[in-house]
Amino acid sequence: MTTVRIPPTLRPDAEGEREIAAAGSTVREVLDEVGARFPRLRARIFENGNIAAFVNVYVGGEDIRTQDGLDTQVSDGSTVILLPAMAGGTLASLAGGASRLAQPASGAASTR
Amino acid sequence: MSENTVPSGDPPPAGRQEHEGPASSILDLVGNTPLVELKRLAPSPAVRLYAKLEGQNPSGSVKDRIAKAMVETAQARGELEPGRELLEPTSGNTGISLAMVARIKGYGLTCVMPANATPERRRLLELMGAKVVESPADEGTNGAVQKALAMAQEDPRYFMPFQYANEANVQAHYEGTGAEIADELDHVDVLVAGLGTGGTLMGAGRRVREAFPDVTVAAAEPLPGDPVIGLRSLEDGYVPPILDVSRLDRKLLVTNAESVAGVRALLEREAIFAGVSSGAVVHVARKLAEELGEGVVVGILADGGWKYLSAPFWAAEDVESAMENSVWW
Repeated sequence: MTTVRIPPTLRPDAEGEREIAAAGSTVREVLDEVGARFPRLRARIFENGNIAAFVNVYVGGEDIRTQDGLDTQVSDGSTVILLPAMAGGTLASLAGGASRLAQPASGAASTR
Repeated sequence: MSENTVPSGDPPPAGRQEHEGPASSILDLVGNTPLVELKRLAPSPAVRLYAKLEGQNPSGSVKDRIAKAMVETAQARGELEPGRELLEPTSGNTGISLAMVARIKGYGLTCVMPANATPERRRLLELMGAKVVESPADEGTNGAVQKALAMAQEDPRYFMPFQYANEANVQAHYEGTGAEIADELDHVDVLVAGLGTGGTLMGAGRRVREAFPDVTVAAAEPLPGDPVIGLRSLEDGYVPPILDVSRLDRKLLVTNAESVAGVRALLEREAIFAGVSSGAVVHVARKLAEELGEGVVVGILADGGWKYLSAPFWAAEDVESAMENSVWW
């Protein structure tokens, strides 16, 4: 079995669970099983069949986006960690993240 | 295994650029930081492990590079007419660096930060001449960014560099951090940096990959304690516009305890006093060095340990508990 670790913000959609055990040989299979049991959670972590942009998924402490995505393999005893995406830096980590809608003010926008 | 060489006949590379005399201001001393080999931390003699000491930038962190670059880019584009003031949501290294740059270039600087930022940070910024404006503590960074945006929209005096979305951040690392590494080493197999705005990884990563196409660019990413994660909702989630995860080869979570173990290893075995994110970088660098078996691994250490001296983790038996309520990157 694989353990899926749920961040605080998603626990209300997982009936308060901090960790959920699920079977599967890939992240996709494991999350499909978790999603079937907790449909509200599935709605929050998936967008158009892919992991939502502001959710990060890790296996063995490594982001699946730099592994094989949802096809990343898991084995018995694996841990899958779900985390909200967050920018680094002292400010970004202090209670809340910079809004995805935030844009640089006049001047900085022209650098893109 | 090739040596860490320089073209024969030249003097060994200095930690700083060779000047024709003293620097004309502290800003001339930004960048050109030293690379040091971590012989006592490499898993075997077959792996050369190097640290780039960004804490040796003049205000003490890698952010000096991007603060200088963001402001100078804006100046070159005519975006900083006389009378304009800098504004940035930051309570950390970026604020300190911007305060240094602003002071030398003669711009006012306002830093917007949540009211629950530590008093030391506020005091340091004020001592450096920055104005500090507080945003509501319970709105966190979101609140600080929104407040800064509102201030900028209301008052056209303000110019916000906005490190998370400013390409000059990435460019500073391409032209500076990455170029310095590429010029100094004959080969790099793995490059490790902390993931914050993504600037170092994107900029230095791209430049080092140009020189050494097979390089693995690896991000060390903080795994905060639950209390910190719990303050964040998905709606508040943020991926910096400058970060393109598809350009990373590895992206590894590092716990607080692993980061501190890395800090302690640097201090106790190499006498290098580095900050918490540097400990995370060393943790990942050593792990990937072991996987590599033979080759060259470079870790970028963002700052020194000075700002973390009063932290509780140095003597803590349970490092994770001691750190889980706060932010260390």
